[in-house]
Formats: sequence, C-alpha cells, structure tokens
Amino acid sequence: MQYTLLILLLPLLSFIVLGLVDSKWKPKVAGTIGTVVLTIITVLSYFTAFEYFTTARLDGVYQKIIPFHMEWLRFTEYLHIDLGILLDPISVMMLVVITTISLMVNIYSLGYMKNEKGFERYYAFLSLFTFSMLGLVVATNIFQMYIFWELVGVSSYLLIGFYYTKPSAVAAAKKAFIVTRFADLGFLIGILILSFYTKTFDFGILTSANPAVFSGFAGVTFLGFSALSWAMALIFIGGAGKSAMFPLQIWLPDAMEGPTPVSALIHAATMVVAGVFLVARLFPIYVDYTPHVLHGIAYVGAFTSLFAAAIACVQTDIKRVLAFSTISQIGFMMVSLGVSGNGGHEGLGYMASMFHLFNHAMFKGLLFLGAGSLIHAVHSNEMSHMGGLRKYMPVTHITFLIACLAIAGIPPFSGFFSKDEIMAACYEFSPYMGAFMTFTAGLTAFYMFRLYYGIFWGKEHKHEHTPHESPIAMAFPLVFLATITVFAGFIPFGHFVTSDRANYDIELDNMVAGISVLVAIIFIALATFMYRKESDIPKKLAKSFSGLYKAASRRFYIDEVYMFITKKIVFNSISRPLAWFDRNVIDATMNGFASSTQWTSQKIKGVQSGQVQQYAYVFLLGTLLITALILFI
Amino acid sequence: MGDLFTNFLSGSVPMEAYLGVSLIMFFAGVYGFLSRKSLLMILISIELMLNAADINFVVFNRYLYPGQMEGFFFALFTIAIAACETAVAIAIIINIYRNLTSVEVGELDEMKE
Amino acid sequence: MAEQIIFYILAAIIAIFSILAVTSKQIIRSATYLLFVLIGTAGLYLLLGYHYLFAVQIAVYAGGVMVLFIFAILLTNRPGENAKTERKDRRIVAGITSLAGLAFCGHIIYWNISKVYTFVVPAEMKVQDIGHTLMGTGKYEYLLPFEFISILLLASIVGAIMIARKR
Repeated sequence: MQYTLLILLLPLLSFIVLGLVDSKWKPKVAGTIGTVVLTIITVLSYFTAFEYFTTARLDGVYQKIIPFHMEWLRFTEYLHIDLGILLDPISVMMLVVITTISLMVNIYSLGYMKNEKGFERYYAFLSLFTFSMLGLVVATNIFQMYIFWELVGVSSYLLIGFYYTKPSAVAAAKKAFIVTRFADLGFLIGILILSFYTKTFDFGILTSANPAVFSGFAGVTFLGFSALSWAMALIFIGGAGKSAMFPLQIWLPDAMEGPTPVSALIHAATMVVAGVFLVARLFPIYVDYTPHVLHGIAYVGAFTSLFAAAIACVQTDIKRVLAFSTISQIGFMMVSLGVSGNGGHEGLGYMASMFHLFNHAMFKGLLFLGAGSLIHAVHSNEMSHMGGLRKYMPVTHITFLIACLAIAGIPPFSGFFSKDEIMAACYEFSPYMGAFMTFTAGLTAFYMFRLYYGIFWGKEHKHEHTPHESPIAMAFPLVFLATITVFAGFIPFGHFVTSDRANYDIELDNMVAGISVLVAIIFIALATFMYRKESDIPKKLAKSFSGLYKAASRRFYIDEVYMFITKKIVFNSISRPLAWFDRNVIDATMNGFASSTQWTSQKIKGVQSGQVQQYAYVFLLGTLLITALILFI
Repeated sequence: MGDLFTNFLSGSVPMEAYLGVSLIMFFAGVYGFLSRKSLLMILISIELMLNAADINFVVFNRYLYPGQMEGFFFALFTIAIAACETAVAIAIIINIYRNLTSVEVGELDEMKE
Repeated sequence: MAEQIIFYILAAIIAIFSILAVTSKQIIRSATYLLFVLIGTAGLYLLLGYHYLFAVQIAVYAGGVMVLFIFAILLTNRPGENAKTERKDRRIVAGITSLAGLAFCGHIIYWNISKVYTFVVPAEMKVQDIGHTLMGTGKYEYLLPFEFISILLLASIVGAIMIARKR
C-alpha cells in the first residue's frame, strides 16, 4: 500500500505550488488545483480504507501496517526520529474523515470564498492543513505526531488569522496559537519523560502491551504519582489544549473569527479531535498502566461537556453556539474514552468515542457549512438578524435540521447511534456518570433546537435584500454531508474500529437508548415551546436567573480569569521584573562592553597618530631599552 | 684610550674607530629623522643611517671574519635596497607634492580619519 | 701611518658633514653634505680593501641616488625657501635622545669590542670571486638573495613609474 504516501505528498505539493505562485494565477485556477488534489487523495484514502478493512484481518484482528518508514534523524542508539505511515483502524478512519471533510470544505470554499482577497493563499493554507493533519494521524511515532501536531497548530493559526486586517482575527489567531502552544509544552515534556524511560518513540513498541517497555519507570515517582502517570497526564494536557478541554477551551470560540469553512474543517471536524485521537492512539498505555489518569480524562471531559453546553444555551452568535457545541461534543468523546476498558465489551467506550468522532465530524462539518451558508445569505453571525429563513433557503434548512437531529441523538440519524453507545459505556462505568451525560445530551438537544428555531423560525428579520439559497458549490457539500449523517449510523462500526482491533457487534441497549431519546425529545419540546414562536418565556427565564444567565453569556468569566492571571500576575510579578533585569542588567552589561571599548579606544587613539617621528621615538627608545636589558641584566 | 693611542702608533686603525665614525653618522641620521619636517630631509637622514649600517657590516667582516664575505655582500645588497627605496620614496614624494603642494610630514593627514 | 692619517681625515669629514647634513637650513645644501658623507664612506671602503664596494658606492649612491635627490629637491622646493625644522623644544628632545643613544652605544662599543678582533692586512678581493659567490647556490653563496633583489628592483621600477607618472 505504498500509494498511501501520495496521500501525504500531494497536499504538500499543492501547498508549495499554490504558496509559491500566489497571485500569478487566476484565483479560480488555485481553487481548482486545491480541489482536484483533494479529490485525488480522497479517492486514494477511500481506496486505502477499502483495502485495509477488507484484507488486513489476521485471526480476527486488524493488523498494523507500515507501508512506508524511514529513519530521519538518528541522535543516539535509542534516540532517533523516524517518519513513516502507520495504518491501523483509527488512522484509516481518520484518513477518511479528514479527506472527506477537507474535500467538502474545498468545494464549498469555491463558492463561499469567491472574490475574497487572498484566495490562493487560502487554498495553500488549506492544503498545508490537510497535509499536516494527515501526517498527524498516520504518524508511526510520537515525535512525528508532535511535529505534525505543531504544523496543524500553525495552519490553524494562519487560517484563523486569514483576515489579517481585522484586529479581532489577529488577536484570535494569537490566542489560539499561544494557548495551544502552552498546552503543547505539556505534551512535549510528556513525550520526553515517556521516551526517556522507555527509550523509544515508536507507537508500535509503546502500545504493544509489553510490560518490559515500561520497566524503566519502575519506582520512579514524583509528588506521589509515578513518572508514567505524569508523562501520560502531561501528554493529555497537550491533547486537552488542541481539543479545547476545560480550562484550555478559551481559544476555540475566538477561533471562529476565521472563515466559516475553516471553522468547519479545523475547529469542528478534524484538528480539535486531535486530542481525542491522541488519547485513542495511546489508549493501551492509559488503560493498562495509568487507569487513574484515564479516569481523570473522563471527569475533565464530562465537566467540559456540561460547561460548554451551558454556555452554548445563551450565546447569540451562531458560530459561537456551534463552537461551544463542539467543545461539548469533544467532551463526550473524551468521557467515552475515559470510561472505556480494553477489549471486547469493556472497550465499548473506545469504539463509541471513535464512532462519535466520525459522526460528529460529519454533522458538525455540516452544521458549520450550513452556518456559513446562512452567513453568506444574511451577512451576519447574529441569531437576531436571522429568523424565518426556512422559506428562502430550503436546502440549508433541511440539511441543518438533519444535523440538529443527529447531534440531539434522534434515531435514525448517525448521532443517535454513537451517542447511545457513549451513554451505555458511561452507565457501565457509573450510573452517576451516565445520568450526568444524559442530562448534558439533553442540554445539547435544547441549545441546538434553540439555534435551529432562532434561525429558521421565529420572527422574520427585515433584510436589506431577500436572502437566497447558496450556489451549487456550497449546496452540494451540505447535501453530501447530510446524506452521510443520515446513513452513517448504520455503519457497523464495531467491525472496523475497536480498542483491541477485533470484531465487536454493537447491540443497542434499549433501556439506555430509550432514556436518552426520551430526554432528547423532552428538551427539544422545551426548546420548541420556548423558541418556536416569539415569546416572553426566554426573557423571563433570563431575568429570574439573571446571575446565571449573565455568567453563562460571559462564558463563566474564564477569559477574565485568564486575563487576570496573565496580565495582573504573570506580567506584573514575573515579566516586568524580567524585563527590567533584561534591560538594566543584561543589556546594560552589553552596552557597558561597547561603551568601555569605545572609551578605551578614544583614550588610546592618540598612539596611532600617524606621525612618523613619534613612532621613531618609541621605536628607538624601545630598542635601546631592550638592548640595555639584554646586556645588563 | 691608551689602546687607541697604542694602535695609532702601531700602524693599524682600530675597529672602534670605524665603529665610532659609523656611530656618529647613525645618530646624526637619528637626529635628522626626529628633528626635520621635510620628507626629503627625512629621506636623507635614512640614507645616513643605512650608510652607517653598511660601514658596520663591512668593518665587522673585515676585522672579525676576514676570510669570509658575508658582511661585504650584505653591504652590497643594502646599497641595492637603499637605491630601490629611495627611488620609490622619491616617486611618492613627488606625487604628494603634486597633489598637496607640500612635503611636510605634519601636514600629510588627508587620509586620516 | 699614512693609512691612519687618511682614515682620520675621512672620519672627520664623515662626522662633520653628517652633522651638517641634518642641521643645515637649506635642503639643497643638506643633499650636498650628504654627498660628501657618501664619498667619505666610499673612501672608508677603499681603506678596508673592498674596492668593488667602493665602486658600487660611488656609482649607485654618489651617482644614482644623489641625482634622484637633487631632482626631487629641485622639483619640490621653491628657490630660496628654507627647509622647515621641528619646533625648538622638539629639536632639543631629539638632540638629547640622539646623544643618549650615542653615549649608550659608544659605551657598549668601547667596553665590549675593543679586545676581540685581530686586524688582518687587507687582501685584494677578486671580482671573479665576487661574481662566483653571487651566482653560486652553495653555502655562503648568494644566488637567491640576488634574484630577490632583482625582483625587488623590477617592482620598484614599475612602482616608481606608476606612482610618479602624470594622470
């Protein structure tokens, strides 16, 4: 399966070509190149998936295939950085997800970004992102993953800041970069600890369930936890940063400053699930050696999902609502991984998480693209500027509704199946966790339908010109993704992706499914009751819970806390003294060298007078002195 | 001084006498070098010093190693080199004079700083 | 006896004219005094038995170099103008320095060299020997320096022409 290398190389090539020619070509050419390349690699990855899932099974277990591998840098006997392609169920699944969404976004952008300045740059960055994301998922070793991890961070930064003339976009890009970079520091330290004791970066060795690999960790503890726990927790921090887990979620809502298709691709479907992918990739280590860290991940995920869902209920900017919804759904995936065991029925959570990742990518991509379509039509992000759009935009309306139903967990849409598996896994872990997640799922249904009704129903807003359905380039991806969303639930996912890579038949737990569907319907009904028609109920509710409402709409002041910590504490007590030290001690020392050199040379300048006679005196006296010294001493 | 007188009577010029002459010539050159401003005068002083050195070469050769010719040849080469040096130096001096209408050392600071 | 008389006459000429050469106010006179000094030196060479060196000294120095000097002086000096000397205090310092050096070296010469030599009556040096030594490559033979000198001369000729020619 050597051709998988092409999947990586083609987007890189496209990035280089598009990035170099920049504005030499007509924008349309650049868009076409990007889309064609994406189409090719999408076909290639579908083919890879087909070939892998039909042939690679050995004794009922999918084997890991490494079609390409090279040693890139060798430092010492153990420390060497390799590049390669690793195919296993999750990476193949991710290939499919990434290329599909990427292709959709590329097609969509042909319409959405038309006539934008920097069209070629946009496509170049999209290619870069696709390349790095693909490189991330097929990484054979944790360091390669880290390299591509940073690359997706960079491309995310570039795309958020695409409208670089807009200060808020620049600030958002910086924020995203700094926050994730900060988290990546944890990731890097984790990698270093892990590889220091195991003497390898390779996933194959790390996840081989061979205790000898971790024998180096024996007895190494720090602050009461073993070094391995620390390493895995730190690695998770990196994942939490990319996946916007509490308290590192602050960058994701701001990242919505980027173009909407970018939000769909990077900040909903692919990059933000990198953290989930990371945990899934290292799952054997988590589950076998550091189950408490895994449980910690579950609690973080659970809290984040509720927290984000609560905020999503009061946001008015449709992209922000979707952003918090994304955070919340990623929380679901994390929880699902966190409560999972290894193998067979125990590993239900792992399977459910990956399944949800797949479904979520599709329907959240769809939601964002739909949102983009709406923004394209009404030129505003605010829910209050929309309302009653269902008449004007039927395609967007139907596809959006499908996505909302899917995310709310209504059968037979895809979200129902994966969410149901997550619920089942949570109930098996503990009934409290199950109940908690069921409530959060209900909230999900509520805020999604609040959004849906706010946009398509309710009072019609006066538009400057009548909203119209989007062009075919934008409508096609919507329909395509909606189709996937409708049917993806019936994919026998357990046959493909499980924690032990063996076959697992999903059985619907009727009890759990019934409860979650019921809860979802109750919350949808509530939303319908409150937002279907213009009514006073939301305002009254907001008034009676004004404190909570205000806190939620200010995102529970997390940003303010960050600002306080960074500006007041870090800047004042650390940065300022450091700056003072730098300016007055380090710089002053250097300046001192310079000025003392200058002073000295001013003083001794007279020696080099250019007066021959003066030199002659010195020469003569020196000669006489030396002669005297030689003769008389 | 007694030796000098004895040698004077005994019919041969003592080596110190030659050395003394060259010494006077040399330090006259030094004085000229230090006290004159004109480039030409400085050049004349240098010639004096070179001549003094030549005399020393020859005298040492004659008195200390009479069978050999090193001092002689060094004097010969020194004369050749002195000729070269004078030729180039005078070319430079004439050129300077052409450009600055002066050949005084203290005033030749056009290329300084 | 005659040799000694000649020597002391030459010595006196050299000493007096050296001092005059560096103290004279007019530069053309300085050059003339220098010529006398050079001729006196040539006389010393003759006295020491180096006839060839005597010839060279007269031809190169008293002939070539002095002509150069006189040309240069005539080219750069306006008639009747006195060559400037340094300020008086500087002159005194220079004089003191020179006298100090003179005393120092004289002291050394007088106390260290007076006993070590044996005077050998000068023998005539054949020009053939000089030529062979100059052209030989063995020990105490000087082909290499000779060639160096020739290259140096060539370089000086080119350099002098380049520097002094009109632009």
